Amino acid sequence: MDLDRRLENVAVLGAAGKMGSGIALLLAQEMARLKIAAGCDKCYVLHLVDVSDVALSGLSGYLRAQLTKLAEKSIVALREGYADRADLVENGEIIQAFVEDALSVCRPTTTLDAIAGSTLVFEAIIEDKSIKLDVLKKVDSLCPDAYYLTNTSSIPIGTIDKGVPLDGRIIGYHFYNPPAVQKLLELISPAGVRPELVEMGTELAKRLRKKVFLANDIAGFIGNGHFMRDILHATSEVKRLSAEYGEAGAIYMMNRVSQDFLIRPMGIFQLCDYVGVDVCRFIMDVMTEHIDGETLEDDLLNRMAVAGVMGGQNHDGSQKDGIIKYERGRPAGVYDLAKGEYVMFADGDWTKKLDEALGSLPDGHAAWRALLMDAGKNEKLTAYFKNLAAADTLGANLAKTYLVRAKEIGEKLVSDGVANSADDVNGVMMNGFYHLYGPINEHVDQMVGAVR
Amino acid sequence: MKKFNRPIYVTAGYNTVSLGTGRKEFHPKKPRPGIEHYIEEAGRGALAQVNDASNIDEGVIANFMAPRFNRQGNIPALMPRIDPKLEYKPLVSVEGACGSGGLGLTTATKTVLSGMADTVLTVGFEVQNTVKAIYGADILGGAGHYASQRKDGHAYFFPGKFSDRACAAYEKFGYDRVREAMARWYERAILNARLCPKAQEHHNSIEDLFATGMTKPNGKAFCDCINVYDCSKVSDGASAVVFASEEGLKKLGVDKKDTVELVGYGQVVADVSKDPEDQTKLTTSARAAKAAMEMAGITTKDIGMLEVHDCFTIGGLLSLEAIGIVDYGETYDFVREGGTAPDGAMPTNLSGGLVGYGHYTGGTGVRQAADIAMQFTGRPDGQKLKEDPNKPFGLMVSMGGNDRTVVSCVFKKVQ
Repeated sequence: MDLDRRLENVAVLGAAGKMGSGIALLLAQEMARLKIAAGCDKCYVLHLVDVSDVALSGLSGYLRAQLTKLAEKSIVALREGYADRADLVENGEIIQAFVEDALSVCRPTTTLDAIAGSTLVFEAIIEDKSIKLDVLKKVDSLCPDAYYLTNTSSIPIGTIDKGVPLDGRIIGYHFYNPPAVQKLLELISPAGVRPELVEMGTELAKRLRKKVFLANDIAGFIGNGHFMRDILHATSEVKRLSAEYGEAGAIYMMNRVSQDFLIRPMGIFQLCDYVGVDVCRFIMDVMTEHIDGETLEDDLLNRMAVAGVMGGQNHDGSQKDGIIKYERGRPAGVYDLAKGEYVMFADGDWTKKLDEALGSLPDGHAAWRALLMDAGKNEKLTAYFKNLAAADTLGANLAKTYLVRAKEIGEKLVSDGVANSADDVNGVMMNGFYHLYGPINEHVDQMVGAVR
Repeated sequence: MKKFNRPIYVTAGYNTVSLGTGRKEFHPKKPRPGIEHYIEEAGRGALAQVNDASNIDEGVIANFMAPRFNRQGNIPALMPRIDPKLEYKPLVSVEGACGSGGLGLTTATKTVLSGMADTVLTVGFEVQNTVKAIYGADILGGAGHYASQRKDGHAYFFPGKFSDRACAAYEKFGYDRVREAMARWYERAILNARLCPKAQEHHNSIEDLFATGMTKPNGKAFCDCINVYDCSKVSDGASAVVFASEEGLKKLGVDKKDTVELVGYGQVVADVSKDPEDQTKLTTSARAAKAAMEMAGITTKDIGMLEVHDCFTIGGLLSLEAIGIVDYGETYDFVREGGTAPDGAMPTNLSGGLVGYGHYTGGTGVRQAADIAMQFTGRPDGQKLKEDPNKPFGLMVSMGGNDRTVVSCVFKKVQ
């Protein structure tokens, strides 16, 4: 059965969740495209499974709104797609027709039995191995011929394959959040996987306009393999800095170093909040369980979680308060565990003192956003890193140590066989995390001596 | 050639801000003024320059697509909101796509010439930011022929039409030559708009305008032969002027020095369902401008300033040839060499034109007349024309659709 045939009957498990809804959106578009090309009203079915009717109702609204936006953006191509429909003339009519075509493919349901016969099943339920296994066992009894694509960001795919068992009918298909926007897709092939499924996954990713990076089946894969260890480096620095600057102050400093001095899109603790403090902890637990000789656990994140500081996102995609407090989507404070409350940046001059302690940004610095679309960004980064290497402020030294550690983490992912090459590590971090440069880069070499 | 049976004067010009993307106060998700606001501001702005609204005999209001953009018909009945003294007077609306404003001017002219009125308030407006541009394109597509052109037309219908014109010009006169001229037109439009506080591009701070204008067209994302900078933007705004006979001026208490004289017009309409005879020419505009100049008894050598309908940069370029400022094929070098600059051979679109000032479609023709009137009476919204006493005439072209419904007017400075 080829990909087009399998796309006739698809299911998304956990479809109303953060990742599931994005995956559902991508599939609804692709299946609508096939439906329009085939001129076939009943040929394509996309089962959207979730546990809550309320959440599924929200999903329908989300899909309608997003499909409309996407149709508006791709109107030139859509007009070509509907060229044979004489009744569809204006953009508004064509956009409406596409949205209805895509929604008519979708079948929201809270009943697992409804998906019987699906031939392609996307799994995006809670990141808990035992729950995943229970659900997939039930699904596989209903869909014995299905291929499975799991969005797990950490659990080794082989353990799921064996746990159900699925006999090589599953791959890791790790979208980045939000799936409809992020270009990166980590494709993980466990031992014994059917080659046809890998080919199919690659072809589908191309159709969904995703950039595929292959990762090997080791817990955390490339993206979280790097990110979680990056967090641990930052929290270890927080611990070291806390004695002098207080824990909240140290969090502020490391968040700023990781964003401003490293020219990243957001600070490390902001990224923690974006993913969710509890999700980060869970991923670390999974990695610890499956990786011999390494314990990924962090006291700071644990204490934050106990204090109820969780981060994550609201249904509308806005950021919830976490380690950082947000006002209009921007960091405005940091949670002080000792006080049990947020301390705001605008209150008093404490951040000013910390900024003074960090020192000024090295010459040649430009904000991440300014460099993002700059054709000369590589030259500018080279010049900046040279100045950073030569600088001897606290902020510069923290940044240098950070970069050296980030490179070590990246290189270990290659030597441990998680990634096939340094390019893959860099590619994942640049495409999935929007870093302007990969962690394994020559700029860091000039910093090693300075740090050690 | 018919001549006016009595002199016609134009006075009391007023333009609102052209609101849309580019203006700092514009935010697509925040509430904005509706059509009533613009009609009232423009109308009252004009009436504030005459003694009393009760002395206005009739009114003309020009608009293209308020029934779709704003779900409002019965447009004439909006005019009494400007001033209660307009209520129960003969008021009429006109529509001719983006040439509606031009039709407003000729309708007011004929009303005064008929002797039935000595003073006519003329307002033109459009409020288009009520829908996203992609849906606005459907609405504006009504300026083409729906039955024969829309289905096969470009998603952004009119950009597609003028992209076809640009493609033809590239082929005939060379890509670099035409492309550079289009980029220079854009650059000049923005430079002029920066000097006009009400212009939509007044706040434009792009450093290298020419390089921006040279952005290579991308047919996959937009159009094959034009880029987004070649297009006038989506605008909300209104303009107003007052037309009057000599008796009318006395009645309004307006001194002749505060007027310009309308000395000729050409009103020419071509079949909307037909494609242009030659994509590199604006043949209907050419007929309208010729008629206007003949009626005025002038040649292009007498013209001191132009207001042309540059809904797209290529349209602006072709209009110079249509009017006869330059010969066919010479407009590209003329514009590249600064011919339309304020200190060039033919100062053009001094407040930015449609690309720079903005294009509130149904009102643009009235805006052009108001700008010429304000220039020749010494109180422009933006930069002032360096007047040449040997060239006391201003010519405008108001164009509806793809060179289909066209009005050209010639105004003379009152000495």
